Amino acid sequence: MEGDSVKLLGFWGSPAVLRVKWALAVKGIECQYVEEDLSNKSDMLLKYNPVHKKVPVLVHQGKPLAESLLILEYIDETWKQNPLLPHSPYERAQARFWSKFVDDKCMPTVVAAFSKVGEEQQKAAEEARENLKRLEVGLEGKQFFGGDNIGFADIAIGWLPYWIEIAEEVVAINLIDAGSMPKLNSWFHAFIDIPIIKELLPPRHKLLHHTKAFLQA
Amino acid sequence: MEDLKPHGFWYSPFTMRVVWTLKLKGLSYENIEEDRFNKSPQLLEYNPVHKKTPVLVHGGKPICESMIIVQYIDELWPQNSLVPHDSYERAQARFWVAYSEQMVPALPALIQSNSAEEKEKAVQKAWENFKVLEDHCLADKRKFFGGDKINIVDIAIGSFFVFFVTIEDLKQVKILVAEKFPLLHLWFDNFKNAPVIKENFPDREKMLATMKPFLERRLASS
Repeated sequence: MEGDSVKLLGFWGSPAVLRVKWALAVKGIECQYVEEDLSNKSDMLLKYNPVHKKVPVLVHQGKPLAESLLILEYIDETWKQNPLLPHSPYERAQARFWSKFVDDKCMPTVVAAFSKVGEEQQKAAEEARENLKRLEVGLEGKQFFGGDNIGFADIAIGWLPYWIEIAEEVVAINLIDAGSMPKLNSWFHAFIDIPIIKELLPPRHKLLHHTKAFLQA
Repeated sequence: MEDLKPHGFWYSPFTMRVVWTLKLKGLSYENIEEDRFNKSPQLLEYNPVHKKTPVLVHGGKPICESMIIVQYIDELWPQNSLVPHDSYERAQARFWVAYSEQMVPALPALIQSNSAEEKEKAVQKAWENFKVLEDHCLADKRKFFGGDKINIVDIAIGSFFVFFVTIEDLKQVKILVAEKFPLLHLWFDNFKNAPVIKENFPDREKMLATMKPFLERRLASS
């Protein structure tokens, strides 16, 4: 039925797409998933996201939306069950802050740590570890960023340690250290154990193969 | 009386966004002017992650990141709403706020450009973003990005355009060219003359006087 139709254009190996899949799953929203070939983007994708030409794109009632974090906000505002963002404006600001921090600071330094070599790599890895350690502030006194249950920031951030674990099998550096980042480590394992989260993760061996190709290119 | 203390420096586009929002909502606050090169211990305590302004301290609790602060203020004080009512339009507004970040590298690139070639290259880069805004957001000749009234997109992008026009004076280079970007040019005219924005628009001479030493400092160290 066009009225309620939800379509998601994505790529199986994209963390940004995974965020949206998780959000839809938490809300119990059925969607039609369209797998894009990023080396040969569909006319539909180019039409729906002309500015960035990227996935994910959520199409709801025929209207397209791009950028994963704001897609999450839209999903949360449109379907009220199982809220992702907290009720208090202050807590909402914190959730948005940590999610943005991961995209703006953590991700680039993590990518640099895995793609550079020699001294540059050591420096990038150091920076990446510092950024990851900072995330523990957001977990202060809580099991999840969302408190007792997962929320917006958990969904926004939860992919990162999974990707890091896999990349660490390709490039021999250690970023998430259980000793110096105990909160982050236990948060991640609790998050990844949740059934709807676990079942949507890209298969490990497939992601490993993909990551190897990406990092060794 | 709300206990609102924005920490920032007046000439920063990111601080401007917060000040404009507080003014648009008619809120009183105590401005805490920070020195960019000598940040207060308080600021470093309130924003240990980025150590940057702006930080809004509300009732002793800090909120960081300019557009997160803007949305926080908008959610707590819904009068004169800065986001569209419709959830799809709201998502679109957030999209363009996020897009505005693509313009950030253009600012230092322009400031640091010296030769005619460097200036040309930096201007062309900025123009790529201008074209997207001109074609995608203003095609229906709306007065503001928010339509008839200012919204978060106007605030986000307006703050950068204050800088673009300051740089035009500083570097003797035309950036917001009316012939190339008529809709954007008109939009900025509308924006800087809008109530509240007009009374809180940074003084042109003061901006030039403040930014000049930065240029000279960079030239001296290069």
